[in-house]
Amino acid sequence: MSGAVDSVVSILSGIRGRLEGPNTYGNSLVFWVAFVLAVFWLALYPLVTDPYTIIQTSRYFAVAFLALSLCFIWGYAGVLSFGQVAFFGVAAYTFGAIGINLSSAMGVTVAIVGAVVVGTLAAALLGYFMFYGGVRDTYVTIMTLVVALVLNTFMAQTAGSEWAIGKAQLGGFNGMTDIPSLTLGIGETAMVFERGALYYALLVSLVLVYLGLRVLLNSSFGMTMVAIREDEARTETFGYNVPFVKLVVFTIGGSLAALGGVFYASWGNYVDPSVFGIAFAALPVVWVSVGGRESLIGALGATLAIEQMRTALSSGIGPIGSEWALVIVGGLLLGVILFMPAGVVPTVDSLVKRLQERRSEQGQSAQPTEEAVE
Amino acid sequence: MSEATLPAIVVYDIAALLFQFLNSFGFIILATVGLAIIFGMMGVINLAHGEFILIGVYGTALTYHAGLPLPVAMGAGVVVTTVFGVVVERTIVRHFYDRLLDSMVATWGLALVISQLLLIVFGSSLDSIGTPLGNVSYGPFSSSIYRSVLLPAVALLVLAGLYVLFTRTEFGIKARATIEDPETARAMGIDTDRMYVATFAIGSALAGLTGALYAPALGSITPNRGSTFLVEAFVAVVVGGPSVILGTLSASGLLSVFNAGGSFFFGTFIGQMLLLLVAIVALRFLPDGITGYVDDWRQRRRAEE
Repeated sequence: MSGAVDSVVSILSGIRGRLEGPNTYGNSLVFWVAFVLAVFWLALYPLVTDPYTIIQTSRYFAVAFLALSLCFIWGYAGVLSFGQVAFFGVAAYTFGAIGINLSSAMGVTVAIVGAVVVGTLAAALLGYFMFYGGVRDTYVTIMTLVVALVLNTFMAQTAGSEWAIGKAQLGGFNGMTDIPSLTLGIGETAMVFERGALYYALLVSLVLVYLGLRVLLNSSFGMTMVAIREDEARTETFGYNVPFVKLVVFTIGGSLAALGGVFYASWGNYVDPSVFGIAFAALPVVWVSVGGRESLIGALGATLAIEQMRTALSSGIGPIGSEWALVIVGGLLLGVILFMPAGVVPTVDSLVKRLQERRSEQGQSAQPTEEAVE
Repeated sequence: MSEATLPAIVVYDIAALLFQFLNSFGFIILATVGLAIIFGMMGVINLAHGEFILIGVYGTALTYHAGLPLPVAMGAGVVVTTVFGVVVERTIVRHFYDRLLDSMVATWGLALVISQLLLIVFGSSLDSIGTPLGNVSYGPFSSSIYRSVLLPAVALLVLAGLYVLFTRTEFGIKARATIEDPETARAMGIDTDRMYVATFAIGSALAGLTGALYAPALGSITPNRGSTFLVEAFVAVVVGGPSVILGTLSASGLLSVFNAGGSFFFGTFIGQMLLLLVAIVALRFLPDGITGYVDDWRQRRRAEE
């Protein structure tokens, strides 16, 4: 008996070992218990709330991939992209275009794969131009934003009927409509994810992607990413191929954003050019900055919280209307960058650690966080 | 000789292309120059630059609609933007002088707040102001004198003025010393803090001027027009490179050739696309922009001699 328990424990601690490391927050048993409880709560959530809230929460999950993607490339490799929405939107449109044309269940499955591939390739292409061209930090940020804004202009002028991919009308400002729901199908069998099912599919994907990113970030590749973030020139001298690593990171980020875009398009059965617009492009930066750019879990939490607030404001709950939502979001971004440059989670984490240190006088090796608040 | 002969049409086309070029040239310079000053001199990217210009537009339009004559209203637009810029520098930007990426994020937050507040306070649009000076027409084509002649001329005057300011005046020398090496500048008795405020104020004033000048040339005045200026300004700063005046001038020249050509032959949308394509290709081969390349080339030549 105890042998079986032991082996389960050793497997679990083996898994934990891969998930934990210096590059992620939440390396304690308390965290994992809280994490499991939170996922459990999210799994039960549809049972205790109304359908509208479930549908809204599914949207938060879809855009949370965008937050993870930006957190991954900005927080860990120091590449600030203002244009993650570009890959998100490209994938959303591609999913729509393929899905509408191949309207069978299997066709939609192909569309999922195709859209992620196209989004990933777009990121790889842009990344190649930037990182092998020696484009530096600020310029990367500007370029990515410009790419998103160009796509915004481009898609906005596709109103005419000549702008169509097969049966799929791009639709200009009005957007692309009748995008199929998320469907997995082989031959005759098909699973269509709508409402509750979509919610669970997104929740499962989000948890898996989150855990996968933790493993990646704590692997030697993750260490290289952080090294590049901390000192690019020195990492280069140690023999690492910095442009290549950045390209890989940017491409992974692009595919995560693309996945989010597929979910987003299938969630609303609709996509319009505003996914490339400046207001939407700003949101991932807000989520990641507020949550803490070096903490995936912070980015996720902030995404859920801020999007919930935006929904509440736009449906007229609370004393002020929807038009104030962007003011609050912008102000939040400004305030966090001014007063809490590391973001909420790292700041709270370092506070907790300081408290713990003060309590246990023996000065246990609680890692001093390097996030000096100026 | 009838009007429809081939040479006449070619002449019309060339004239039309020229005016289109001037129009685009003036626009890119004016949209860029404030951003370029703040980036080139202080190393801060002001992502709210489009919104600063918009404040100039609103300042001008509101005072004009209140009954002031247009030139006075334009002055008011410049003053409002400058004051706003100084307030922003003192409260926000000064925290970010050594944190480039953070400065972009913070000013982006500011941009969202400004454009949304303009929407909340002034509604979804302001009445437009008629473009003064009328049109120049030549055969089948006509072009606004204000946009295609006056504004490019003003743009060049602004660049010339900045050149004189930063190379021929004591202020300019102190400002450049501050930017080059703040520690030493402080040791020499220069109030570097004041230099930063002043430089940011100049950048804001130029944004305000751009807004004031385009208030009567924009058509509808809406709170999201900031991004109209933003893309061109960004691209020009990136293509131009670190040297403010030469960079702005050369990038605007290069980009507006493509922009005007594309717009003339294939429509405004293609014109804008072409501009961005050129920018991406330019960045691939000249990561430090045109002036960065020129500097490099000069240094290499000096080394050879």
